[in-house]
Amino acid sequence: MTHPQRNCQELLASLSEYVDGDLSKELCAEIERHLEECHDCQVVVNTLRKTIDLYRQVELEDELPKSVMQKLYFRLNIEDYLSR
Amino acid sequence: MTEKAPVKNEVSLEALKAGDKAELARMVELYSEPIYRLGLKMLGSEQDAEDVLQETFMKALRSIQQFEGRSSISTWLYRIAMNEIFLTLRKKKPMEESLDGYDSDSEEPEKPKEIIDWCCLPENELMNAEVRKTMSQAIEKLSPALRSVFILRDMNHLSVKETADALGISEAAVKTRLLRARLQLREDLSVYFSHKMP
Ligand SMILES: [Zn+2]
Repeated sequence: MTHPQRNCQELLASLSEYVDGDLSKELCAEIERHLEECHDCQVVVNTLRKTIDLYRQVELEDELPKSVMQKLYFRLNIEDYLSR
Repeated sequence: MTEKAPVKNEVSLEALKAGDKAELARMVELYSEPIYRLGLKMLGSEQDAEDVLQETFMKALRSIQQFEGRSSISTWLYRIAMNEIFLTLRKKKPMEESLDGYDSDSEEPEKPKEIIDWCCLPENELMNAEVRKTMSQAIEKLSPALRSVFILRDMNHLSVKETADALGISEAAVKTRLLRARLQLREDLSVYFSHKMP
Protein backbone atom coordinates (compact mmCIF):
# COMPACT_ATOMS: atom_id res chain seq x y z
CA MET A 1 0.00 0.00 0.00
CA THR A 2 1.26 3.44 -0.80
CA HIS A 3 0.09 6.61 0.83
CA PRO A 4 1.13 9.36 -1.55
CA GLN A 5 0.20 12.12 0.89
CA ARG A 6 2.27 10.66 3.63
CA ASN A 7 5.21 10.16 1.32
CA CYS A 8 5.21 13.83 0.37
CA GLN A 9 5.19 14.81 4.02
CA GLU A 10 7.99 12.38 4.78
CA LEU A 11 10.04 13.66 1.90
CA LEU A 12 9.57 17.19 3.13
CA ALA A 13 11.03 16.30 6.50
CA SER A 14 14.27 14.98 5.02
CA LEU A 15 14.46 17.43 2.14
CA SER A 16 17.32 19.53 3.51
CA GLU A 17 19.47 16.52 4.13
CA TYR A 18 18.56 15.09 0.77
CA VAL A 19 19.67 18.14 -1.19
CA ASP A 20 22.80 18.38 0.94
CA GLY A 21 23.61 14.77 0.11
CA ASP A 22 23.58 13.78 3.78
CA LEU A 23 21.17 10.86 3.56
CA SER A 24 21.98 7.17 3.37
CA LYS A 25 21.86 5.42 0.01
CA GLU A 26 18.69 3.60 0.99
CA LEU A 27 16.83 6.75 1.97
CA CYS A 28 18.00 8.50 -1.18
CA ALA A 29 16.72 5.66 -3.30
CA GLU A 30 13.39 5.79 -1.52
CA ILE A 31 13.10 9.50 -2.11
CA GLU A 32 14.07 9.16 -5.75
CA ARG A 33 11.39 6.53 -6.25
CA HIS A 34 8.86 8.94 -4.85
CA LEU A 35 10.16 11.78 -7.01
CA GLU A 36 9.70 9.70 -10.14
CA GLU A 37 5.99 9.53 -9.57
CA CYS A 38 5.36 12.83 -7.83
CA HIS A 39 5.64 15.93 -9.96
CA ASP A 40 5.00 18.37 -7.11
CA CYS A 41 7.83 17.07 -4.98
CA GLN A 42 10.09 17.09 -8.00
CA VAL A 43 9.41 20.79 -8.48
CA VAL A 44 9.97 21.47 -4.80
CA VAL A 45 13.32 19.66 -4.88
CA ASN A 46 14.43 21.46 -8.05
CA THR A 47 13.44 24.89 -6.88
CA LEU A 48 14.88 24.34 -3.42
CA ARG A 49 18.21 23.35 -4.94
CA LYS A 50 18.13 26.41 -7.16
CA THR A 51 17.21 28.63 -4.22
CA ILE A 52 20.25 27.43 -2.27
CA ASP A 53 22.38 27.89 -5.36
CA LEU A 54 21.19 31.46 -5.81
CA TYR A 55 21.69 32.64 -2.26
CA ARG A 56 25.15 31.17 -2.18
CA GLN A 57 25.96 33.38 -5.16
CA VAL A 58 24.53 36.47 -3.51
CA GLU A 59 26.16 35.79 -0.17
CA LEU A 60 29.65 36.56 -1.38
CA GLU A 61 28.80 40.12 -2.21
CA ASP A 62 28.76 41.63 1.27
CA GLU A 63 32.24 42.82 1.91
CA LEU A 64 33.69 44.08 5.10
CA PRO A 65 34.59 47.75 4.50
CA LYS A 66 38.28 48.54 4.87
CA SER A 67 37.57 51.42 7.24
CA VAL A 68 35.68 49.10 9.61
CA MET A 69 38.54 46.67 9.55
CA GLN A 70 41.05 49.41 10.31
CA LYS A 71 39.07 50.68 13.30
CA LEU A 72 38.90 47.17 14.66
CA TYR A 73 42.65 46.66 14.35
CA PHE A 74 43.33 49.93 16.11
CA ARG A 75 40.88 49.18 18.88
CA LEU A 76 42.54 45.83 19.48
CA ASN A 77 46.00 47.37 19.35
CA ILE A 78 47.09 45.22 16.46
CA GLU A 79 47.30 47.92 13.81
CA ASP A 80 50.85 46.83 13.00
CA TYR A 81 49.36 43.74 11.46
CA LEU A 82 47.00 45.54 9.12
CA SER A 83 47.67 43.93 5.80
CA ARG A 84 45.00 45.43 3.66
CA MET B 1 53.03 17.70 7.12
CA THR B 2 51.47 18.17 3.75
CA GLU B 3 50.97 21.63 2.42
CA LYS B 4 47.35 22.74 2.54
CA ALA B 5 45.24 25.84 2.20
CA PRO B 6 44.98 27.62 5.57
CA VAL B 7 42.75 25.60 7.88
CA LYS B 8 40.11 27.40 9.87
CA ASN B 9 41.14 26.15 13.26
CA GLU B 10 44.80 26.86 13.20
CA VAL B 11 44.62 29.74 15.64
CA SER B 12 46.47 28.69 18.77
CA LEU B 13 44.57 29.27 21.97
CA GLU B 14 47.78 28.98 23.92
CA ALA B 15 49.38 31.80 21.96
CA LEU B 16 46.26 33.93 22.33
CA LYS B 17 46.27 33.44 26.08
CA ALA B 18 49.93 34.38 26.20
CA GLY B 19 49.03 37.68 24.56
CA ASP B 20 50.61 36.94 21.20
CA LYS B 21 49.54 39.87 19.04
CA ALA B 22 50.34 38.19 15.75
CA GLU B 23 48.06 35.33 16.69
CA LEU B 24 45.31 37.73 17.68
CA ALA B 25 45.70 39.48 14.34
CA ARG B 26 45.39 36.13 12.61
CA MET B 27 42.21 35.31 14.49
CA VAL B 28 40.78 38.69 13.55
CA GLU B 29 41.82 38.26 9.94
CA LEU B 30 40.13 34.86 9.77
CA TYR B 31 36.85 35.65 11.48
CA SER B 32 36.09 39.34 11.06
CA GLU B 33 34.55 38.91 7.64
CA PRO B 34 32.10 36.11 8.55
CA ILE B 35 31.20 37.78 11.84
CA TYR B 36 30.57 41.10 10.13
CA ARG B 37 28.40 39.38 7.54
CA LEU B 38 26.49 37.58 10.27
CA GLY B 39 25.79 40.87 12.04
CA LEU B 40 24.80 42.57 8.83
CA LYS B 41 22.36 39.84 7.84
CA MET B 42 20.91 39.51 11.32
CA LEU B 43 20.52 43.20 12.05
CA GLY B 44 20.23 44.76 8.61
CA SER B 45 22.41 47.73 9.43
CA GLU B 46 26.07 48.37 8.71
CA GLN B 47 26.50 50.36 11.90
CA ASP B 48 25.04 47.56 14.02
CA ALA B 49 27.18 45.02 12.19
CA GLU B 50 30.27 47.07 12.95
CA ASP B 51 29.31 47.35 16.62
CA VAL B 52 28.78 43.60 16.84
CA LEU B 53 32.13 42.98 15.19
CA GLN B 54 33.97 45.27 17.60
CA GLU B 55 32.16 44.02 20.68
CA THR B 56 32.73 40.40 19.75
CA PHE B 57 36.48 40.75 19.56
CA MET B 58 36.70 43.05 22.58
CA LYS B 59 34.72 40.56 24.67
CA ALA B 60 36.69 37.65 23.31
CA LEU B 61 39.90 39.36 24.29
CA ARG B 62 38.60 40.13 27.78
CA SER B 63 37.43 36.57 28.41
CA ILE B 64 40.14 34.61 26.67
CA GLN B 65 41.69 33.47 29.95
CA GLN B 66 38.40 31.88 31.02
CA PHE B 67 37.91 30.09 27.72
CA GLU B 68 38.85 26.47 28.19
CA GLY B 69 38.84 25.50 24.57
CA ARG B 70 36.12 22.91 24.85
CA SER B 71 34.64 24.21 21.63
CA SER B 72 36.62 25.51 18.71
CA ILE B 73 37.69 29.12 18.68
CA SER B 74 35.36 29.86 15.81
CA THR B 75 32.34 28.44 17.64
CA TRP B 76 33.28 30.43 20.71
CA LEU B 77 33.51 33.64 18.67
CA TYR B 78 30.22 32.97 16.96
CA ARG B 79 28.61 32.38 20.34
CA ILE B 80 29.82 35.75 21.61
CA ALA B 81 28.69 37.41 18.38
CA MET B 82 25.25 35.77 18.55
CA ASN B 83 24.80 36.97 22.13
CA GLU B 84 25.62 40.50 21.02
CA ILE B 85 23.23 40.21 18.12
CA PHE B 86 20.35 38.97 20.26
CA LEU B 87 21.01 41.76 22.78
CA THR B 88 20.80 44.29 19.99
CA LEU B 89 17.64 42.70 18.62
CA ARG B 90 16.00 42.84 22.03
CA LYS B 91 16.91 46.48 22.37
CA LYS B 92 15.47 47.24 18.96
CA LYS B 93 12.34 45.18 19.27
CA PRO B 94 11.60 44.76 22.96
CA MET B 95 8.03 43.76 22.15
CA GLU B 96 8.94 40.82 20.02
CA GLU B 97 8.41 37.60 21.90
CA SER B 98 10.34 34.45 21.44
CA LEU B 99 13.50 35.48 19.71
CA ASP B 100 14.79 32.04 20.52
CA GLY B 101 12.04 30.23 18.65
CA TYR B 102 11.86 27.12 20.80
CA ASP B 103 8.09 27.06 20.61
CA SER B 104 8.03 26.28 16.92
CA ASP B 105 10.72 23.61 16.75
CA SER B 106 8.27 20.78 17.18
CA GLU B 107 6.01 21.96 14.40
CA GLU B 108 6.08 20.13 11.12
CA PRO B 109 7.51 22.08 8.20
CA GLU B 110 4.86 23.92 6.30
CA LYS B 111 3.66 22.21 3.16
CA PRO B 112 4.99 23.94 0.02
CA LYS B 113 2.37 26.12 -1.64
CA GLU B 114 4.04 27.42 -4.78
CA ILE B 115 4.61 24.58 -7.21
CA ILE B 116 6.09 26.29 -10.24
CA ASP B 117 9.27 25.03 -11.79
CA TRP B 118 11.15 28.25 -12.46
CA CYS B 119 14.55 26.58 -12.67
CA CYS B 120 14.52 26.74 -16.48
CA LEU B 121 14.33 30.53 -16.60
CA PRO B 122 17.25 32.10 -18.45
CA GLU B 123 20.31 32.96 -16.41
CA ASN B 124 19.77 36.72 -16.65
CA GLU B 125 16.30 36.34 -15.17
CA LEU B 126 17.60 34.13 -12.38
CA MET B 127 20.32 36.47 -11.20
CA ASN B 128 20.13 40.21 -11.42
CA ALA B 129 19.72 43.19 -9.12
CA GLU B 130 16.01 42.58 -8.66
CA VAL B 131 16.57 38.95 -7.67
CA ARG B 132 19.23 40.01 -5.19
CA LYS B 133 16.84 42.47 -3.63
CA THR B 134 14.07 39.88 -3.47
CA MET B 135 16.47 37.47 -1.83
CA SER B 136 17.65 39.96 0.82
CA GLN B 137 14.09 40.86 1.63
CA ALA B 138 13.17 37.20 1.95
CA ILE B 139 16.08 36.61 4.33
CA GLU B 140 15.08 39.67 6.37
CA LYS B 141 11.58 38.30 6.68
CA LEU B 142 12.79 35.12 8.38
CA SER B 143 12.34 35.14 12.14
CA PRO B 144 15.59 35.69 14.07
CA ALA B 145 15.49 32.06 15.20
CA LEU B 146 15.38 30.78 11.62
CA ARG B 147 17.62 33.47 10.22
CA SER B 148 20.44 32.79 12.67
CA VAL B 149 20.53 29.09 11.83
CA PHE B 150 20.26 29.78 8.13
CA ILE B 151 23.14 32.26 8.10
CA LEU B 152 25.47 30.17 10.22
CA ARG B 153 24.78 26.96 8.32
CA ASP B 154 24.18 28.05 4.78
CA MET B 155 26.14 31.25 4.50
CA ASN B 156 28.97 30.85 6.98
CA HIS B 157 29.15 27.11 6.38
CA LEU B 158 29.27 25.97 9.99
CA SER B 159 28.49 22.32 10.66
CA VAL B 160 25.26 21.29 12.37
CA LYS B 161 27.15 20.76 15.60
CA GLU B 162 28.99 24.09 15.42
CA THR B 163 25.74 25.90 14.70
CA ALA B 164 24.05 24.18 17.63
CA ASP B 165 26.93 25.12 19.94
CA ALA B 166 27.06 28.71 18.75
CA LEU B 167 23.34 29.17 19.34
CA GLY B 168 22.96 26.99 22.41
CA ILE B 169 20.27 24.84 20.79
CA SER B 170 20.06 21.14 19.93
CA GLU B 171 21.29 19.69 16.67
CA ALA B 172 17.74 18.56 15.94
CA ALA B 173 16.57 22.16 16.28
CA VAL B 174 19.29 23.29 13.87
CA LYS B 175 18.06 20.80 11.29
CA THR B 176 14.40 21.70 11.54
CA ARG B 177 15.09 25.42 11.55
CA LEU B 178 17.37 25.17 8.54
CA LEU B 179 14.73 23.26 6.63
CA ARG B 180 12.01 25.74 7.53
CA ALA B 181 14.20 28.69 6.61
CA ARG B 182 15.11 27.19 3.25
CA LEU B 183 11.50 26.28 2.48
CA GLN B 184 10.37 29.77 3.33
CA LEU B 185 12.99 31.31 1.04
CA ARG B 186 12.02 28.89 -1.72
CA GLU B 187 8.42 29.93 -1.28
CA ASP B 188 9.23 33.65 -1.54
CA LEU B 189 11.47 33.19 -4.56
CA SER B 190 8.84 31.03 -6.23
CA VAL B 191 6.25 33.77 -5.83
CA TYR B 192 8.67 36.23 -7.36
CA PHE B 193 9.72 33.99 -10.25
CA SER B 194 6.17 32.92 -11.02
CA HIS B 195 5.63 36.41 -12.40
CA LYS B 196 8.60 35.98 -14.71
CA MET B 197 7.46 32.73 -16.22
CA PRO B 198 6.51 32.86 -19.90
ZN1 LIG C 1 5.35 13.98 -3.32
